[in-house]
Amino acid sequence: MKRLDAIAAVYDKLESCAVVTIMGAVAAELQSLGHRENFFYLQHAMGLASSVGLGIALAQPRTKVVVFDGDGSVLMNLGGLTTLARYRPTNLVHVVFDNESLLSVGGFPTATSTGSDIAGMAAAASIQRTDTVRELDTFVMAFDQALGASELTTLVAKVEAIGPAAFVTDLALLENRFQFARHLRERNSRERALRDRNTATVNANT
Amino acid sequence: MPVSIDASRRIFDALKQNGVSIVSALPETWLVHLIRMAEDDPDMTLVRLAKEEEGVGISAGAHLAGARSVMLMQNHGFLQSINGIVSCAQLYRLPLVMLISHRGWFGERDPWQTEGGLVTIPLLDALRIPYETLDSMEHVAHRITQAFTLAHSANRPTALLLGRDLMWEEA
Repeated sequence: MKRLDAIAAVYDKLESCAVVTIMGAVAAELQSLGHRENFFYLQHAMGLASSVGLGIALAQPRTKVVVFDGDGSVLMNLGGLTTLARYRPTNLVHVVFDNESLLSVGGFPTATSTGSDIAGMAAAASIQRTDTVRELDTFVMAFDQALGASELTTLVAKVEAIGPAAFVTDLALLENRFQFARHLRERNSRERALRDRNTATVNANT
Repeated sequence: MPVSIDASRRIFDALKQNGVSIVSALPETWLVHLIRMAEDDPDMTLVRLAKEEEGVGISAGAHLAGARSVMLMQNHGFLQSINGIVSCAQLYRLPLVMLISHRGWFGERDPWQTEGGLVTIPLLDALRIPYETLDSMEHVAHRITQAFTLAHSANRPTALLLGRDLMWEEA
């Protein structure tokens, strides 16, 4: 499976989510399909994408959060799996694209190429829903189920070690960051206003 | 353990007054009461970290999603977090407020803390992170509020060093 095909296959389902990606190929590939205000590309700080996702999930429990992580990044923050498992936000879907290499810095193999099993480590950290998928159709099915489930999921997608020709796009890091924050805040206030209105209606009817 | 409960309470109350709802922490002796207070408060989410740098990501996510947070850690946790501070909080101009217990400084008896104590302030300076020390009850609330004000106006990290004279009740 190619990662770009996997991202493209679930792209439409990301519309209602807050999406956090790691740096490099994943960020560039998602952007190549069309940037949206609800996408945040963590272009450095390897390992912290899942922690950023946890922070968003805890701060906005009603927002579905999707993290597009990678094997090299997860291996830099294995302890983060235990923190995710400990707080198990029901609104977080943690996707790990595992190409068994550090593709954007020369393609050197990571430890998943010699058998380290990220879904296995996530399960051992006590994340309840974990899976490893290798084909596009099983990925799409597993992603849909994770998005529909009210339980933290780590979904490892084994993908080919190929990426885009270039990683730098014309979206400035700070433009992305402020746009994303504004989007999340406005969405939160809209939802809160809607809830308050519904509560007021219920109260008026009782 | 002569860690000051009064000072911890004063700090915790100031965090709440500044709207903090998420505390990420890795325990150390001086922080035990603060962490328990965060744990016992139903309006506070305490995130127990495996390693401090995770807290930078959690605070980043919390801020992007509109919530106020702090990191509680020892200065060795600050040393551990530096890549995250530079390549997440500073790169993305995030108002990260860090409460750092300043171990290994004047009065320190534990030999293993002393190297970290020596480099904490030079590293804060090198990273251009504005900081103040909390070493007396009188200015705790004021300086915590100022740390949040500056972090949010500058969109940058700020730090408060928790000093021995405030946190440790022993001659």
